[in-house]
Amino acid sequence: MPSFEKTFSLKVPSSTENLAMIRDFVSNIGVQVGFNEGEVARLALAVDEACANVIEHAYGLEATHDVTIRAVVDDDTLRFEIIDTGRGFDPGQMQPQEVEELIRQRKSGGLGLRLIRTIMDDVQYRIVPGEKNELRMVKKLKKH
Amino acid sequence: MATNFQIERGNQGAVRVLALDGYLDAHTAPHFENAIQEEMQGGNLNMVADCGRLTYISSAGLGVFMSFIEEIRDAGGDIKLAAISPKVYQVFEVLGFPALFDILDTVEAAAAKFAEGGRKEF
Repeated sequence: MPSFEKTFSLKVPSSTENLAMIRDFVSNIGVQVGFNEGEVARLALAVDEACANVIEHAYGLEATHDVTIRAVVDDDTLRFEIIDTGRGFDPGQMQPQEVEELIRQRKSGGLGLRLIRTIMDDVQYRIVPGEKNELRMVKKLKKH
Repeated sequence: MATNFQIERGNQGAVRVLALDGYLDAHTAPHFENAIQEEMQGGNLNMVADCGRLTYISSAGLGVFMSFIEEIRDAGGDIKLAAISPKVYQVFEVLGFPALFDILDTVEAAAAKFAEGGRKEF
C-alpha cells in the first residue's frame, strides 16, 4: 500500500475546445511531481490523445456530455484516469499499424493510441457496461 | 474561447508557405485541414508547412498531414515541413514521420528542396 496518495480531478464538457484546459491541468500536476519540461509535455500529449478519443469516438463529438480526468499521485507513480459514459471502446482490441499503412488507408485513428503507449508505462482499459469507461495510464515517478 | 491556432499564408518563390502558429490539436486541426484543401483547390500543390511558431501538435494535427499527402503526391506536389522545434519534432519522430516527409531546418531550404526534385515516398 502506498504511504500517501493525492487525487486531483477535472471535469469538463465533452468538447475539443477544452483540450487546452485539460493539457494545462496535466502540465501543472506533472511539474508539481517533478517531471522535466519534456516529460510534462509528453504527459499532456498522452492525456490530450485519450480525451480527444473519448470526445470523438465515445461521444461522437456531442459536446453535451462530461469527461472526467483524475490524477492520482502516490509514492511511486502518477496515474491518470479518463472517465466517460459514452460508447465503450477497447483500445486493446486495436492492432497497432504502421504509419505508412495508415496513410495508404487515409486513417489517422491509430496514432493517438500509439503515442499513449509510447509515453506511458502502463495503459489499461475498463468498461463497466452501461455505466462508465475508464482508461488508466500510469507513469512511474522519477526517484531523486 | 479564442482560437489558439493561426495560419499565415504566403509564398516562397513558386512554393506556397503555410506558417502554423500555436496549438494544433483536435480542436484546431479542422482549420488546418480547410487551409490545405483551399490551397489544393487553388492549384497550389507544392507546400511548405512552416512549423517555427507551432508550439504543440497532437495526432489530430499529424493526421491532417497524413490524410492529404498521398493525394497531393499523386497530383505531382508535396508538403515539406520546416523549422520544427525540438519539442514538436519528438512527436513527429515517435510516429516515424521523418522517414515519410522531407523535414528541413528552414523554410528557404524546404522551398529549395522542391527545385531539386524528388521527394520521400512510402
